[in-house]
This record gives sequence, C-alpha cells and structure tokens, in this order.
Amino acid sequence: MNLLSIAYKSIKQRALSSSLTSLSVALGVMLMVTVLVIHGIIDRMFSQQTIGYELIVGRKGSGLQLVLNTVYRLKQPIENLPYLYYLELKNDPRVEDAVPFALGDFTKEGGFPIIGTVSDYFVLDYAPDHKFKIRGSGFRDSFDAIIGSEVARENGWRVDDPNTPENEASTFKLVHGGAESDHEHDEVFTVRGVMQKTGTPNDKTVFIHLNGFYAIAGHDRPPNETLTKLKAFYTEGIPGRPDLDQTDPETLKPKPGEHIHGMEDWQKEVTAVLVNCKRPPDWPADAASPQLGDFEAEFKRGFKAQAVNPIVPMRELMQDIVGNIRKVLVVMTGLIIIVSGVSIFVSIYNSMSDRRREIAVMRALGAQRRTVFSIILAESLLLCVGGGVVGVLMGHGLVFAVAPYVAAQSGLLIDPFAFEPMELSVLPGLIVLASLVGIVPGLTAYRTDVAKALAE
Amino acid sequence: MSLLLERVEKSYREPDGTPLPILDIENFQLGDAEQVALVGESGGGKTTLLNVISGISTPDSGRVVIDGVEINALPEVARDRFRAERIGFVFQTFNLLAAFSALENVLLGMSFGGGKADRVRALELLDRVGLSKRASHRPGQLSVGEQQRVAVARALANRPSLLLADEPTASVDIANQENILTLIREACLADNVSLLLVTHSPDIASRFGRVARLDEINRVAQTTAAAGGPA
Ligand SMILES: Nc1ncnc2c1ncn2[C@@H]1O[C@H](COP(=O)(O)OP(=O)(O)OP(=O)(O)O)[C@@H](O)[C@H]1O
Ligand SMILES: [Mg+2]
Repeated sequence: MNLLSIAYKSIKQRALSSSLTSLSVALGVMLMVTVLVIHGIIDRMFSQQTIGYELIVGRKGSGLQLVLNTVYRLKQPIENLPYLYYLELKNDPRVEDAVPFALGDFTKEGGFPIIGTVSDYFVLDYAPDHKFKIRGSGFRDSFDAIIGSEVARENGWRVDDPNTPENEASTFKLVHGGAESDHEHDEVFTVRGVMQKTGTPNDKTVFIHLNGFYAIAGHDRPPNETLTKLKAFYTEGIPGRPDLDQTDPETLKPKPGEHIHGMEDWQKEVTAVLVNCKRPPDWPADAASPQLGDFEAEFKRGFKAQAVNPIVPMRELMQDIVGNIRKVLVVMTGLIIIVSGVSIFVSIYNSMSDRRREIAVMRALGAQRRTVFSIILAESLLLCVGGGVVGVLMGHGLVFAVAPYVAAQSGLLIDPFAFEPMELSVLPGLIVLASLVGIVPGLTAYRTDVAKALAE
Repeated sequence: MSLLLERVEKSYREPDGTPLPILDIENFQLGDAEQVALVGESGGGKTTLLNVISGISTPDSGRVVIDGVEINALPEVARDRFRAERIGFVFQTFNLLAAFSALENVLLGMSFGGGKADRVRALELLDRVGLSKRASHRPGQLSVGEQQRVAVARALANRPSLLLADEPTASVDIANQENILTLIREACLADNVSLLLVTHSPDIASRFGRVARLDEINRVAQTTAAAGGPA
C-alpha cells in the first residue's frame, strides 16, 4: 500500500470531519474560481471594444464618460459637439473614417438606448477582426432602425422576410429621457436590420438613422439656445456660416406654441465622432496609425473637443475600479481558502492524539519517521487538493448555471465554459497551503515516542 | 536466527530527573527457531526489553546482536528497516489500525518493509489464522480474539526471523488463549521463526521448553528485590 492510499483510508476513517473540512476548501475555491471567471468575462468585454476606431472625439470633459457613453451606452451627462464639427472632421485630409454618433432617447419597449448614426458604423469592426453581420436591408430611410440581437430577442422584434410576407417588419416608437417617462415621440421606426450576437453592448442597442434621430431631436431644441451654444463653441467664428455669426440668437426664439420641424446642419449635434486616421497602404493593421499622436496632441491643445483613444480610459477603469474589486475579491476568497486550510489543520491536529497509538504501531511494523510524516502530509494534501478540485468544478458549475441568467440580465455574453489561466495557480497554491497545514501534525507524527505510545 | 544481548543497560528518568534503572542484563541469548517464554513482575521491564531487542528503543550501553548485526549501533533508519524486514510484533491489544481491513492490515505490515505487498501471501496468512472469510472486515467488526489472530498473520507477513509477542493472549478468553498460543507457536515452527513471548500466565509459560525469568537475568530486579521490591 502506498502512502496516498494509506492517507486516504485514514481520511475515510474520519469521513465526517474530513468531508466538512474539504468542503470548506471547496467552497472557498469555488468562490475564487467564480470571481476569476466572471472577472475575466468582464475584462474581455471591456477590452474587446477597443478596435474598430482609434479615437472617440467628443466634447472636452471626462474621457471616461465619453467612452462609457459611446462604447457602453451608459448614459453619462456630457455635452454634445456641433454637427458642423463632425463635418469638419469628416473633411479633414488626415481622417479616413468619421462616423457620427448621437446618443439620445430610449425605446418604449424594454428601455433600450437609441443611437443615431449612419451606415458607416456597421462597416467598422466591433471587435478585433469581427465585422457586424446584419440580417435585413439596413438603413434605407430616415426612420429605419438596426437592432441588437438582445433587443430582437427580448422585444420579439424582427425584420421583414420575403419568404414569409405575412410577417411584417416590427415598428416601434421612442420615449424621451427614459422608459418610465411618458413623453412619447410620434415618429414610428421600422426594424430594417437585426445584428447577429456580438457579445458587446451593441447587442442591447437600437441604432436609428441619424436623420430620423434629428427629426425627433428637433422637437426639444429651440434654435436660439442652439445658436448660443454654437457661438460659445466656435468663439472664432462658425466655419462656413458667417451669416450666423451676425445673427442675434434672440431673434430665433420660437413663438409660444410654435412647433419646430426639420433642422439645418448648424442646429444638429452629435455626442461623439468615431475616427480612424488615414494610414499608409502597407501600414500594419494592428498598429496605431502614424498620425494618431499628432492628432491627439492637436486636440489636447484645443479647448472645446477632446479625442480619446478608447483603450486608455477603459484600461484605467479596469485597473482602477474593476481591477481593484477583483483584487479585493481574490484576497477575500484567498482568505476563505486559508481559513479552510486552518480548519484542515485543526481537524488533522486534533486527530493526532487519537492516532499516537496507530502511528506507534506503524513504526513498530518498521515504518520510518519520514514515512509517518509523509502519510500525515499526504492527508493534508488530499483534503486540500481534493477540496480544491471539487471547488474548481463547483465554480465552473456555478458559472455554467448562472450564465444564462446573468446574460439575460446584463447583456454580457458569458461563455459557460470560460476558463481563466489564473485558475491554474489555485492548485499550486493549495499544495503550498496543504504543506504548511500538514507540517505541524506531520512533525508530531515524526516525533512520536514509539515505546511510550505503545505503552498507552 | 540468533539473538545475543551483552551487558545491556537501560534506564529511564524519573520526573524529578533522577535515573531509574530498568534493565541491566549481563547476557541473554535466543537460538534459531527457539521458543522462549519471558516472565517477570509487572513493571519489571519485559516490554522495555522487547523494545530494546526490536530497536524501537536503544540501550544506554551494551550490545544487541541479531544474526551478527549489532542493531543498537545502527542508525535509526536502518534499525527501522531491519525491524520491518526481520522482526514481527504482536502486542496485547490494539494491534490493528482501525481504518484498514484485516487484509489491509496484513498488507501494511509488508509495505513498510520495502518489499512488494503480496496479496496472495496476505490472504494465505489470513487463511492460516482461520480468517479468510473476514479479510475485508475492519478491526471494529472483529472480536478481540480475531484481531489478535490478524495481528499474528501480520507479524508473519514479512517472513521475519524473530517474533516478539507481548502478552498476546492476555486480553482473550481461555479458549482463545489456547487457540492463539498454538497458532503462534505452530506458525513459528513452520516458518522457522524464533519466538520470544511475554506472559504472566504460569500455565502458558509451562508449555515452553525454556522459560526466561527476567528477575534472574536482570540485575536491576535483583538489586530492587534486595531493597524490598519495586515501588
Ligand atoms: N518512557 C518511560 N519513561 C519512564 N519510565 C518508563 C517509561 N516506560 C516504562 N517506564 C517504566 O519502566 C518500568 C518497566 O516498564 P515495562 O513496561 O517494561 O514493564 P513490563 O515488565 O512490561 O510490565 P507489565 O508486565 O506491566 O507490562 C516500569 O516501572 C515503567 O513505569
Ligand atoms: Mg509490558
């Protein structure tokens, strides 16, 4: 019989206390694995957003808020940019792509965020080397919409299908400011595209044509206020519109009861512009374009707008908040595991006084000191590592069990089989713990006075 | 097998630190396949003597020579191995490890000797002690007499040349005493194993061709007897 099977039998002899102490290790490891896996999922979700465009240009302010708005659709209060500014960027010779992004209302059903944009957005990658796949015709008209897969699933919306003409495309209306608000817009939008699942916030977003967006936005924007803001933005003159420089905003004040329809370009605003710089034809796809640095620096000097590399604030956020939360959780679960290690210690150590006689008998049969030491150490290892293996399985089981639920609630795409490389360090960690835990009772066994213990 | 003790002295310490002499044996010998009953007063040092012979304890001075090997001079690791390979042990009670079945207890006796655990031989031994049907029973599921018989099987597992038995029959009823004693003696004869068996029973001692009285070979006993016997 080898040491492990001897140790295993001894553990079985104390089945209740052994399984309880192992279970405590298992629970600690389960929590740690769950934390690691969930964190990994969030981490990937935040970092996979970073390709598709190099810069997000928005109003000067918090770069993080701009990113949260643009990429994560978390509606943070930020100021907008004039549409004229978007046109300037679009015509800048250094700029390859400039995609306008206007974040506004919500769908009445489900409260999904609405983004006004143009077809170009769907040409950009949504993740490294991942292109949007859209079923349906896409934007053809101002009141067309392309919806994320979650929106389609949750609201039961669909595009029209030539094979089943009786199933018409879904239509919907928007509400202002939040789903609870009852300010409903009259305009009816038609679903003309459903995205395939991307595992990004796009899945929970409704994209409408920018023109349709402005058709709605116009209702709430008195031109006099817009002009005042525009003048504040362009302190050195509104580009291409000297006439507006001369206009007193007060003269544009709407008369009571007047309803505004249609907007001129100067009245329009965007939340952000997604920008890719031009790059030489042979420039590597995954390297920043050569002009990016210049471009960013130029924005830094300016007053009104900022350009944010979406990677940077997200990295900071990950490190500052999410990273720290993970650190705290990992430390906490680590402590749980250590506490369960202590309970294994107590369990083995308490059993030692009952086992003096057994150890002495083994020694009388010719077992070496180091053999009885190893048997005790092996017991500790079996309890810790056995508990750990069960805990890893339980952790993945937990992720597997909650994945559909969390996915439905949060829109995070959770791979139920997700695995974190850091989990691999759990096992060596447990081996170290088991060795520490086993050493003292092991030494007790090692030092047993055989003649004395046999006489007891 | 030959066993030779020469001028073996062993003393313990009293709690206050003064030495408490237990053994002072000028000469004691045991021949090949010889069977000897060791008798003596309780507390006289019989168990201590067995421990010294088996290398569990070392004498303070003198020599313990088994088959030409002076085992008291061996380092502990070598003494342990020597004991595992050459010496079988049967105690009065609690011989067996509670977590292991009868068969596993016998196998355990083999595994510390460095040799292969021989299942066939282990089962054969259990059969010899009449317990082939109890092989998978745990000690808790065996009577005391049966446990002693498993202990005998285990003591013989490594084909020892010397068997040390410390009152192996003291905890069982008369019928079983008879049974176990016969078992041990016949097994030793069959396997050519020398036997040193401690007993308090004059009846059992009388069956042996040679009875060693500890108070006769142990000078400590003689001095304490002169001083009025052990406390
Ligand atoms: N570790 C020890 N420390 C101190 N004294 C000890 C120790 N072990 C045994 N003794 C003492 O040594 C003496 C001999 O003990 P031993 O167990 O050898 O006697 P024994 O002849 O086997 O007695 P019994 O017939 O009762 O089993 C006893 O007085 C005992 O109290
Ligand atoms: Mg004794």
